Order: sequence, then structure tokens, then C-alpha cells
Amino acid sequence: MNRREDGGDSGVAPEAKVFGEPWQAQAFAMTVAVHERGLFSWGEWAEALSSEVKKPGAAADGHDYYEHWLAALEKLLAGKGLAARQDVDAFAAAWERAAHATPHGKPILLENDPQTRGMAADRTLSAT
Amino acid sequence: MSHNHDHDHHHHDNELDPFAARVRALETILTQKGLIDPAAIDAIVDTYETKVGPRNGAKVVAKAWSDPAYADWLKRDATAAIASLGFIGRQGEHMQAVFNTPDTHNMVVCTLCSCYPWPVLGLPPVWYKAPPYRSRAVIDPRGVLAEFGVTLSADMKVRVWDSTAELRYLVVPMRPEGADGLGEDQLAELVTRDSMIGTGLARQPA
Repeated sequence: MNRREDGGDSGVAPEAKVFGEPWQAQAFAMTVAVHERGLFSWGEWAEALSSEVKKPGAAADGHDYYEHWLAALEKLLAGKGLAARQDVDAFAAAWERAAHATPHGKPILLENDPQTRGMAADRTLSAT
Repeated sequence: MSHNHDHDHHHHDNELDPFAARVRALETILTQKGLIDPAAIDAIVDTYETKVGPRNGAKVVAKAWSDPAYADWLKRDATAAIASLGFIGRQGEHMQAVFNTPDTHNMVVCTLCSCYPWPVLGLPPVWYKAPPYRSRAVIDPRGVLAEFGVTLSADMKVRVWDSTAELRYLVVPMRPEGADGLGEDQLAELVTRDSMIGTGLARQPA
């Protein structure tokens, strides 16, 4: 049951770590926020999450839980026409380029993506 | 092996893993569409990282142990009785408290995904969300309990409650022997998270 993975039952002390990585916290919070705007019901969410976590190959120790969570969120948002798959792909690629172009220790900003900068420069050029 | 191979380069060590990049992409899209506010996202994260957790549920249980009228209310209308202590909010809209007795032990699972009463217990532990617990809690509750170090007498009934997106359960463990004369705060310290899921028992007083 791998219950020691989370340090066992720490009584009622706060969990050592609620989220393993920051993106998991962000994915969780976005889901809550979008639900609260009434864009889907919690029943729809539970169904979407369920169909991901019950796929064969889910890790017995649950370490991939938020990967399933993210996949469920993407599918639900795409299905509702709120975030199309190709837009998510494009922005994810832009974020990865931005990260790569950002010196260590500086915050990663989408503007740091060289292609976005290039597009902005093109627009400036065509305006002059 | 060159020891100065990257002296002429930037440090390209800012890498986003693919999941982090996709989450940022979703956040960018939803923010641009005005569907989410990044500050609200941060506030939600802070709530579940620091403010909500099983301390809340322990207060509910300790009050039920100390105050028969409250215990009765909790039994009849858990949502209202829990809300009266200020524990309200997401995934606690419809609560049911299930009381352990000398002949029945209660245990909670979500076989569907990971439904859990956030306002009283915070977010679920990893094992609660993982396939083995979700699949085995219903089929073999005694075997699962044994792995958690809980052995029940053979004549004790085990009742497993399957959470849904609509209804969430809080187990009220048995008050341990020897806890007479303790105040609610001291009693709350005996109430563990697992005892409120039903995979543990309340602690014995020191």
C-alpha cells in the first residue's frame, strides 16, 4: 500500500508536502478555479479524472496521480471548447523555449521565448 | 573530458518539464480568456498547502466525543454540524459522519477517483489516490487494514463507504479508553488523519 510514501499517518500535523511539484499545485488550483466559474460540474470533473486514473498502467504508488489529473483537465477543457489541444501544444512549446532562453536564476517569462520576441519584432517592423 | 565546455555559453539549465510547460500553457490560455485570475490561483494553492488539513476534522471528532448533543447533530446533519465550527467550502457541501461503535468499524474509499472531504481533512494522502487502495478497500478491507497495522476482532463488522462527487464521509473513531477528563483540545490530539478515514484508530492517551 506504500503508505510510508507520504510519511505514514502524521496524526493531524500538516502533511510534509501537499504537492510534489509546483505544477501539480497549479493544475489543482486551476481546476478548482474553473469549476467555481461554473464551466463544469464537479460530477463532470470526477468522471474525467476517473477515466484517466483507471487506465491500465497507472502507477501502484500513485506518483503519477497529477499527470492523470492534468490529462483529465486538458481533455475536459478541450471538450468544452475552452482550451484547444493545438493551442495548449503551441503555448507549451513557447514556454519550453522561454525557459531555455532564460538565464539561470531569473524568472521564466513567456516573453523570453525567442519566437515570441521575433513575432513582436516583425509586427513592429511592419508598422513602421 | 572538457572541464570548460560551457564557459562560452549561457547556462541553459532552465528546463520546464513537459507537465510544467503544459500547465503554464493552460494558465496562459485561461488567463487570456479571462477565465482565471493568477492571484486567485495562488490563493487556492496557499489554502490547501497551509490552511486546510486534518486538524479541522480532529476538532469535529473531539467535540463529538465531548458533547453528546453535538454528536447527535453530527449524526443527523453532518454538513451543518461541521459548518458550525467554520469548516465549510469546496468538497464539503454534502457530508456524512459515520460513527465507529464497539461492533462496527467504518472505512472510506473513493473507488471512482479521489473524492475526499477537503474542509475537514485537507487533500488526500498519496495512498488514498493510488490504485491498490482504491481497488482493494472494498474487496478486502481487513487485509488493507492489516497493512495499516489495524487488526479488528473477528466479530467486528467492517463497513466500507464509497465516496462520490456528491457525498463525502468523515469517520468518527471510537473514543479511546482512559481519555476521561481530557478537554477538547487534548482529545483532538488523539485523533489522527487515518482514524478519520478509517484506516487507523484514535491514539491512546499518553
